[in-house]
Amino acid sequence: MARKAITGNGAIALALKQVEPDVMAAYPITPQTEIAQNYAQFVADGAVKTEYIPVESEHSAMSAAIGSCAAGARTFTATSSQGFALMWEMLFIAASLRLPLTMPVITRALSGPINIHCDHSDSMGGRDCGWIQLYGEGAQEGYDNAIQAFRIAEHMEVRLPVMTMIDGFIISGAIGPVETLEDDEVKKFVGEYTTLNPLLNVANPVTVGAFDSLGGWYFEHKVAQNRAMDNAMKVIEEVGKDFGSLSGREYSHFKTHMIEDAEIVLVAIGSAAGNVKTMVDTLRAEGKKVGMLKVRTFRPFPYEQIRQALSNACVIGVMDRSDSYGAQGGPLFTEISAAMFGGETRPKMFNFIYGLGGRDIFPDDIRGAVETLEQAAAGEQVSQTRHYLNVREG
Amino acid sequence: MAKPKEIANRPERLTGGHRLCAGCGAPINVRQVMSVCPGPAVVSVATGCLEVSTTIYPYTAWRDSMIHSAFENASATISGVETAYRALKKQGKVKEDMYFVAFGGDGGTYDIGLQSLSGAVERGHNFVYVCYDNGAYMNTGFQRSSATPCGAWTTTSPVGKEAAGKQQNRKDLTAILVAHDIPYAATASPHNFKDLMNKAEKAFTTPGPAFLNVISPCPRGWRTPGDQTIALAKEAVQSCYWPLYEVEYGKYKINYKPKGDKKTPVADWMKKQGRFAHLFKPGNEALLEDIQAYIDRKWEELLKKEECL
Repeated sequence: MARKAITGNGAIALALKQVEPDVMAAYPITPQTEIAQNYAQFVADGAVKTEYIPVESEHSAMSAAIGSCAAGARTFTATSSQGFALMWEMLFIAASLRLPLTMPVITRALSGPINIHCDHSDSMGGRDCGWIQLYGEGAQEGYDNAIQAFRIAEHMEVRLPVMTMIDGFIISGAIGPVETLEDDEVKKFVGEYTTLNPLLNVANPVTVGAFDSLGGWYFEHKVAQNRAMDNAMKVIEEVGKDFGSLSGREYSHFKTHMIEDAEIVLVAIGSAAGNVKTMVDTLRAEGKKVGMLKVRTFRPFPYEQIRQALSNACVIGVMDRSDSYGAQGGPLFTEISAAMFGGETRPKMFNFIYGLGGRDIFPDDIRGAVETLEQAAAGEQVSQTRHYLNVREG
Repeated sequence: MAKPKEIANRPERLTGGHRLCAGCGAPINVRQVMSVCPGPAVVSVATGCLEVSTTIYPYTAWRDSMIHSAFENASATISGVETAYRALKKQGKVKEDMYFVAFGGDGGTYDIGLQSLSGAVERGHNFVYVCYDNGAYMNTGFQRSSATPCGAWTTTSPVGKEAAGKQQNRKDLTAILVAHDIPYAATASPHNFKDLMNKAEKAFTTPGPAFLNVISPCPRGWRTPGDQTIALAKEAVQSCYWPLYEVEYGKYKINYKPKGDKKTPVADWMKKQGRFAHLFKPGNEALLEDIQAYIDRKWEELLKKEECL
């Protein structure tokens, strides 16, 4: 175990280098570029056995990754924002072919208007493409998730692609301390890659991506895909535990902070969880019963467990770094609301949307959100519509 | 190349029982190309007639491994397969020599797949790209592509008061591939099977990317009888609508030069196809002349290219 001062992107590139997959296909895009160029340097230096395909677009990055993974090679790519959007069509196909690809996503706002800064419009927009989605709070979690992603994706009961998110610039470009594992520890943890029906098996040629439309099995294939997602729920936890035994950093679907007796709970995802946690500590010192739940696994969404964890809360504030046009709130809010709907008690739910296009979020913004929740807890009428933090109104 | 008789005795790599139309040029071309592939292959197919008709789940007509992922990315997909092969071969995890080929129709090649093809060729992947060109999007009915010849009726280049079919000439895709400095590019036709198979064998054995553009008559779209496919392909070549040539490292070689009255008027070939029927009504003489003039100009250009390149 070593402690390094490294950027979020640097930590992820290092994790990938330690896994040392067979093939990488990538196209550079801000703020993911550092991963593509760091890895290109590892290849150029002969530090890894990986073959690097410097494709001409993200659509081709995902297409080449699909070809490579179907051929039987352990494969990864990485992307952000418009690149994620350009991959869109192929993300569904990668999942439907049950290819265990992995992909760090360095979250960034989508055009238009064009904006290079962080929000979750890209990854949240891809929540229904059939990939497992894990969100990290900082560089450490980016590093840890990038490694675990291989074990989860390649598990025989899962065989689904996994994307691991960290926040663009805020984490990807910021230098911070990261505890890293030794190369051989990582290699041992992810293990040898076992392929299923690879194209390159000459003795058993296969047809991948058949036409499934004439009295076909499309519906059954889709159901099988969703059952694999169900299976992923426990696999993510198992892998998170194993990773804990190796590194001392155990992972589950989410993490809580002071929620046991909390009347008010803020739910956050990504880098803002750190800010929220600090504010929770401040408010606790002021005697307020506030807690936090930080979501890591967004797909599959751990409804059951989150409902139990939040069952004592009277008021829940969900913080979204992306909006959903025409919906009741951001993607995280609608998931949490759906989870709580099945419970015996029904807490009051409020949505706080913040940070679009990289807009800063300040401690006072979070304090303001908690004040709104306190008013609701005290029985005051509070608008259930979306609340925007640190937005210029009028 | 092996003798045709010997090639004919090799096992079929695209089996019968696929559901392409009777008289379709695509499976004829695929079988001829695959018959000279020197070893086991992975085939990447763009979305289109060939793909949907040969892989109706849970069946497949392919005896080699085949992958279809989407319409525009057969080249990017095979790039990934070929790279995985190099990675795994280097590690000793794959032992055999294998070959990589992508098939796309003209829509999946000239139009939506052009970027992916250009990228894969620029990167120098060791694969053969075969375009089966029937001059339109056929799988979805009959719509124009940038390979549709001038004057052809399609549902998106219809005939009306203001337009007599497609208003523009075809894109010269082979020239675009040559401009990539590709090691080997060629045009071919299924009627001249020796020429086609010879070129396919060269394409497979040339290191790096190779491109074959093969005319592929389509009875449904062209509005022609299914038993005329090979005759129509032959006439396309004789009229110089579809000249046969190859380009090795930039050097042009024309494989068939119709001399004197062997070079037939392109209108004779067009007259046999329902998609051009409107052009033979009075009033369209000038358009027919323009089409002939374009064919002649391109042929003259090609002769000059052979001379100086």
